[in-house]
This record gives sequence, structure tokens and C-alpha cells, in this order.
Amino acid sequence: MEPLETLVGQPVDTPRASLAAASLKAASVRFGTYTAIDRLDLRIEAGAFYTILGPSGCGKSTLLRLVSDLIPAAGGDVSIFGKTTEQARLAREFAFVFQDAALLPWRSALKNVELPLEIGRKRGAVIPTGPRSPRELLELVGLKGRENALPHELSGGMRQRVAIARALLCQPKLLLMDEPFGALDEMTRDRLNLQLLDIWRETGTTILFVTHSISEAVFLGQKVIMLRANPGRLREIVDIDLPEPREMKMRDTPEFNRYCSHLRELLETC
Amino acid sequence: MAAIDTLPIADPQAAARSAARRERLVSAIVPIGTAAALIGLWQLGVRTFGVPTYIAPAPSDVAVTFVEKFPLLMQNFWPTFFESVAGFLVGNLAAILIAVAFVHSRNVERAFFPIAVFVNTIPILAIAPILVLIFGPGMTAKVVIAALICFFPTLVNMVRGLQSVSPQTLELARILSASKSEVFWKMRLPSSLPFLFSALKISATTSVIGAIVGEWVGADLGLGALIIDATFNFNSPLLYATVLMSSGLSVLMFALVTLAERRIVRW
Repeated sequence: MEPLETLVGQPVDTPRASLAAASLKAASVRFGTYTAIDRLDLRIEAGAFYTILGPSGCGKSTLLRLVSDLIPAAGGDVSIFGKTTEQARLAREFAFVFQDAALLPWRSALKNVELPLEIGRKRGAVIPTGPRSPRELLELVGLKGRENALPHELSGGMRQRVAIARALLCQPKLLLMDEPFGALDEMTRDRLNLQLLDIWRETGTTILFVTHSISEAVFLGQKVIMLRANPGRLREIVDIDLPEPREMKMRDTPEFNRYCSHLRELLETC
Repeated sequence: MAAIDTLPIADPQAAARSAARRERLVSAIVPIGTAAALIGLWQLGVRTFGVPTYIAPAPSDVAVTFVEKFPLLMQNFWPTFFESVAGFLVGNLAAILIAVAFVHSRNVERAFFPIAVFVNTIPILAIAPILVLIFGPGMTAKVVIAALICFFPTLVNMVRGLQSVSPQTLELARILSASKSEVFWKMRLPSSLPFLFSALKISATTSVIGAIVGEWVGADLGLGALIIDATFNFNSPLLYATVLMSSGLSVLMFALVTLAERRIVRW
């Protein structure tokens, strides 16, 4: 029998509670002789909204692809909620939203959202069922009534919302987004930013969001991860202390603009 | 402006509808009218200059023969129809399966694509006698020739179609831990359908050409045999009627493929 003292003496925080959503330790990615990411240390806290900024070629997209097990680490260690990236992929712990919605054009919006349920068992994926049905998810992203529309009948913003609903289907604890609104016009982008924040609060998921836009990074992120290029390394993590929930009018405040100009300076000296 | 006053109050929707109807009517009348005018010109030319029937029959002669010899034409239509359809099915099925093998393995493609290109460069008229020698004067040789002529366009298009899945869709498949067969059935194959139908439309008409060329080399029955027969007997009206029948068969095949495409490819 264990002596009682050692049990009592353990920290109150269980390891499970302090588990990082994603943790990178000296992780590197190489394409041939080119080093895209060089010994990156990063800890992504569960439940937070991170935006990733950096000059082009700094490995923003590569970082998401490393975390999502699309490309292997050349060195170091990457874990997601304490699991390897492969285990996390098979357990559907994370989902990915691409810049191009990557919908299957012959499937209706609803059938596209249902796709993750049909794929992966043969390779050993365990498919969790989230609390929301595909129909409810389409409603959550504001596409109620468009379930049977084919992708070409939807606007760019609507297609991206279908992609988000699809990503949310297996209730991922980590949502990786690679410039999901990059190809949209500014008004659509603003609307989707607000909607994404609502979804984030409602689902409690962790979000890693790559963007080119400084103001989008500040508006969405609790923390902005600034990377530098050649090779890709961490420049700085900037905490954004703006009141929650975020509102459009905050973008006219001096604090917001201070964050933006600070990040712009960082970008210029990357 | 009395004229304007007496105009009924325009319903803009009705006006748009009638404009659309007029547009459709014009787009149908123009090509039909042009064709009819050309046929009329042909009739007039043949009659005015007294061209002998065996050199160029008047459209009216062709029409009369078409009606009179309709049983003969139909008797020769069916063999060509079956050869074309069988060749179409065999050639395209082979092309689809080989395209799948090519996409599955780069080495299979490296090994066999040059051969496919080589076979395609041989004129069909040159290869037809060889195939008739191999398969004899029956239907088989014609089916093989029709299949051969269908094969290459479908192979090339199908390979492109199977490879047309976007990189991001393939990344999505990987994140969903999709197996190779899931990627094939759920992504590659549906993506290839628009490309496949482009090729099928081409081979719908070329398969008829293949069957007819096969019949030229040696056959007793079929539109190709009838064309040869009519030519050697200087029976120009029958020749023209047979040609009309052949092109009718091509149009029928093309229409069937187009109909299938409309039903299947709706994106």
C-alpha cells in the first residue's frame, strides 16, 4: 500500500489538466537541404485562440502541417494533448480548415459535412461523434436551409463555413486554420471573424489560426505567435489584452492600433 | 405619341420571358435555316447544271432512296451499331482500368505509356487489315478496331481526371486517415468524371468510324460494307443515304453520352 503522504504531497494540478493542446520541443522541418522550421519550442495552451503571423516563407503553414501530421518532424518532438501527432490524428483530436474550402464539388453541403464519418476506419481511425449532428453544425455556421446546395451554388464565404462545419463534426479539441478567410472580401471576412469567435467560445476548442493580416491576428487572437523567416523560428509571442468578447468597434481603439503597430514593427525587423 | 400610349402596361417579367423565348427560337432557326438553304442550293445546282446522278445525286434522289431502301439500310445499320457499342464499351473500359493502374503506380505508367502512344500513332486504316487477318472476317475484328480508336483519348483524359484532385483535398484525406481505396472511390473517381465524359463524347463518334473502317476491310454486312458496295456499283444515292445513316448513328451515340453526362455530372 502507498504511504498516504506521497499521495497528498502530489501537486493539486493533475497532469491531465495541465496538458498542452500542442507542444513542440526543438522541432525542425527540412525540405531537402532547406530548413523550413528550425528547433522550434512552442506550447499551445488548451482552450486558447492563437493567431500566427510572420513574413512569407517563415513556415506558418508548415507549422500547421507539422502539428497535423501532414509532414514529419526532421528532429525534436511534437505532441498533441500528450499524444503523438499520429495518435492524435487517428483519434480525430484535431481538424484542419484550408484556405481553399476543399469541398467535394459533387457533394451537397450536408454530404460534405458528413464526409469525416465515412472515411478513416480502415486505417484505424476512431471516429468520435460530437454533440451536434451535421445538420445542427450547418445551422451553427448560419447555413440552415442550404443543406442540399452544391458547392458551386454557394458563395466563397458560405463554402468556407461548410468547411468549418465539417471540421467541427468530430468535436476536435484543436482546430488548425490556414488562412481560411484569405481569399474572401473584407466584409465577408469581418462577419466570419465574429462568427468564428462565437464558435470558439461555444465549443471551447483550441484554435491555431494562420493569417497574413495583422489586424485579423490582433482581433481574433488572445496570443499572437510571431515567426521569423530563414529559417523559421519563433520571434515573439504577443499577448493581446483586449476585453472579451471581441467586438468590431474595438478595432478603432488606441490599444488595438498599438498592438497592430507593435506587430508591424516586429514584422519589419523579422 | 399615340403609339406609345396604346402599348399595354409592360409586365417586365413577361417581357423578359418573351425575349428569352424569341432568343431560343432564333438560336434554333438560324442553324436549321442555314442547313436547309445549303441543301436547297445543292438541289438547285445539280438540277441547273445537269450533273449526272452517279457523280452527285440531288438531295431529292437521296431522300427517295433513303425511304425506298430503308429496310436494307436498317439491315446494315444493326451490325454496325452493335460493333460500335461493343467497341465503345471494351475500348473505354480498358482505357479506364489502365488509367487507374497508371495513377496507382508510376512504374506501370513508365512501362506502358510509350506503347500506348506508339499504338495510337499507327493509322487506323493501316492496322485494320492486320486485325482482320488476326480475328477473321467476323464481328470481333470490327469491335477491336472500334475499341482501339476509343482507347487513347479516354486513357489520356482519365489519367488527367484521376490526378485532378486538389492538393488540399488530398491533405484533407490524409488528416481523415483515409486509405488508398477511400481516396480512390470518394475523391479520385468522382473528380475524374467530367474528364471521362469529355473523352466519351469523342469516342462515341469515333467508335462508329472504327466499326465502318473495319467493315471496309472485309465484311458482308454493315454500313461500311454497304458504302463499299454502293461506291463500286456507282449507286450514289444509296451511298449518300448510307453516309447519312452512319452519321445518324454517330449523332445517336453522342446524344446518349451527353444525356448520361447531364444526369451524372451535375456540378
